[in-house]
Amino acid sequence: MDMIRFANPPVHDGAEALRHEVRAFLAEQIKGRTPLDRSESWNGFDRDFSRAMGARGWLGMTWPKRYGGHERSAFERYVVVEETLAAGAPVFAHWIADRQSGPTLLKFGTEEQRETVLPGIAAGVTTFCIGMSEPDSGSDLAATRTRAIRTNEGWRITGTKIWTTYAHRSDYMILFCRSGDSSPADRQAGTSQFLIDMKATPGMTVRPIINLAGQHHFNEVHFEDALVPLGALIGTEGQGWAQVMGELAFERSGPERFLSSIQLIVELIRALEGSESDAARAAIGRLTAHLIVLRRLSRSVAAMLEAGENPSLHAAIVKDLGATFEQSVPEIARTLVDAEPDLASTSAFCAVLANIVLNAPSWSLRGGTREILRGIIARGLGLR
Amino acid sequence: MSDGAMLVEAAERLIGNRIDDAAMRRARAGEWLAAEWDALAGMGLPLALVDEDAGGFGVAPEDAFALVRLTGRHALPLPLAETMVANHALGRAGLPLAERAAVLIDGADLTVSAEDKGWRLSGTAARVPWGRDIGTLVVVHAGRVFRLDTGWAIAEAGTNLAAMPRDTLAIDARCDVAGTANGLSALQMGAVIRTLQIAGALERVLELTVGFVSERVQFGKPLSKFQAVQHDLARLGGEVAAAGAAADMAVEAFVGDPARAALPIAAARIRTGEAAGVAAGIAQQLHGAIGFTAEHRLHWYTTSLWSWRDEYGGQRYWTDMLGTATFTAGGAGFWQFVTEAA
Ligand SMILES: Cc1cc2nc3c(=O)[nH]c(=O)nc-3n(C[C@H](O)[C@H](O)[C@H](O)COP(=O)(O)OP(=O)(O)OC[C@H]3O[C@@H](n4cnc5c(N)ncnc54)[C@H](O)[C@@H]3O)c2cc1C
Repeated sequence: MDMIRFANPPVHDGAEALRHEVRAFLAEQIKGRTPLDRSESWNGFDRDFSRAMGARGWLGMTWPKRYGGHERSAFERYVVVEETLAAGAPVFAHWIADRQSGPTLLKFGTEEQRETVLPGIAAGVTTFCIGMSEPDSGSDLAATRTRAIRTNEGWRITGTKIWTTYAHRSDYMILFCRSGDSSPADRQAGTSQFLIDMKATPGMTVRPIINLAGQHHFNEVHFEDALVPLGALIGTEGQGWAQVMGELAFERSGPERFLSSIQLIVELIRALEGSESDAARAAIGRLTAHLIVLRRLSRSVAAMLEAGENPSLHAAIVKDLGATFEQSVPEIARTLVDAEPDLASTSAFCAVLANIVLNAPSWSLRGGTREILRGIIARGLGLR
Repeated sequence: MSDGAMLVEAAERLIGNRIDDAAMRRARAGEWLAAEWDALAGMGLPLALVDEDAGGFGVAPEDAFALVRLTGRHALPLPLAETMVANHALGRAGLPLAERAAVLIDGADLTVSAEDKGWRLSGTAARVPWGRDIGTLVVVHAGRVFRLDTGWAIAEAGTNLAAMPRDTLAIDARCDVAGTANGLSALQMGAVIRTLQIAGALERVLELTVGFVSERVQFGKPLSKFQAVQHDLARLGGEVAAAGAAADMAVEAFVGDPARAALPIAAARIRTGEAAGVAAGIAQQLHGAIGFTAEHRLHWYTTSLWSWRDEYGGQRYWTDMLGTATFTAGGAGFWQFVTEAA
């Protein structure tokens, strides 16, 4: 079963020095964020914060300098990402762009796309959203019905994307859609990716969808014969599926896949410390052990990405284990502290518990559902 | 291939050949597999974790620990891993190595008193692996290492769930010399070998289970085509991956600075202990009734897993230890604690 061995993550001294810089920066930069704010995890949106991150050189860290990058290692980037998430910094305004849209453009984009877009991402001023899901195409991404038709003036796009997080505040979207025909034998054929300018695309409308927690993160994005330039095509026409699968490996293995409820662990320890019971010590010891091992697995995947390998099986394992862990935290917290969850509570524990309980269902959906991930793992083990 | 890797391969072949179903049944019926032990000892395996200057033969620690993992993978019914780590402790303490099988135990509950230029050790040592078969007992007590070749009797013979001896010993022994411990406690060293053995056995359990569901046909197709079965196997795979990584972490801790070893060893031990239970449950379920028979070899591994996870400190002991350390760091220091632990 060598295929599921995770190599020992390398030790990187430079990355550890960087960790202290990031901590010092965050201590100052986000000192005003309440525990409830911090429990937003990567959904906090603050352009000023992202600009400050860009100014420190902590976005687009691994990219070539000519695109505004800093040519640093994946491990250094990993440290920046995990430190900002663990601290509950408002990362969304750079999150998608830095994690997956930028790398996709770097790999498949045209020179013009790279030059126009990447420096802005690295500076923390350009925000991206992901246009994959549709009303009738969720887990079954190849069932996409949004269609792009090539005309003389450009591509004409018609269709509806949904669950598009922060579409309403983004500068660009990477759209995955149909640009040609598929066949029953190859359902994934005929798909492409496009760079959509969210500020200047006639025929595109964005409508809010309020989530279970009462927040406006999601949107529905409707394209009605929307015209985008010919140069908006990313990569090769018809190769959208292969390109999007590469994007998902970046999306599935990072520390964001097990740190979503860390603020609740912190508040739980705060609520108990000083008078902790045997049961509390056992429960917290167990959570700490899980977190330590998850970090190790995730850093091992970062090393695989750095080495140019394709860790999609390993990434699926990290995300599945990570989501299970994150979602277990509120249930464990409830067995250790009697408290009624309430977003408006003046008790940090009650407010954070409320936010985590309300958001936890999404963690095994977004970025590939638990069921889809387990299918990928089973295939990796040689089944199916 | 390195010498160490060759040694691991040779050991795997030897164990594969010698520990066949019949040998396993003999061991589980209570027999000491003398010829098989001699064959393993003849290869020098009990010395694989000993430093070269202390009488070892220069096996890299990663290879030595690969051997320990192998004893788990084969549910080896002999105390090879125990002897390796006991000899390691003896070597580090500057004491003579064991000539026969040896086991390392935590002497915290024993009374150790100075007695004309030596020590006297007395008390009860509970559930010592292969207590009835070993030649040497290595006791770690308050930073000292004692080597006993005599001075104990079996107070209560017992076995673990895998039918391997776990005997309670009444000790009254005299010891002339003591060495200094290597910085790790007996429980920590024992936990590292159990962690590796669990990881090794889990790999085997996964292979057996993938093989079984791919071959067994029900409703006209292999079980592996049913999504519910695939998802259980994916969960099993996740636990095996996590346990494997945890075991690697335990090895790094053992090999590295002892002052930094406590937390990663505890975390590895907790995570593998949990994985053992989850994974054994899934494997037994997917094997159906055949896996619940004495005939089927799956139970060699699952009963070993159910035993190893509670030896050298149980789940409560280790979660309490890591939980106490986490609370000492406190809520404000939690993340820093996690990043510095391992
Ligand atoms: C918080 C959040 C943010 C998101 N942000 C974005 C975004 O920015 N951009 C974007 O494009 N999308 C986004 N998504 C959408 C997300 O990618 C989809 O929700 C996900 O892919 C599942 O699709 P679906 O919701 O249509 O559910 P379905 O695919 O309809 O699934 C419903 C249930 O059926 C199960 N199921 C489906 N197929 C199978 C199968 N073959 N076998 C077994 N079970 C199956 C699923 O696992 C799930 O449990 C977001 C989702 C969430 C929750």
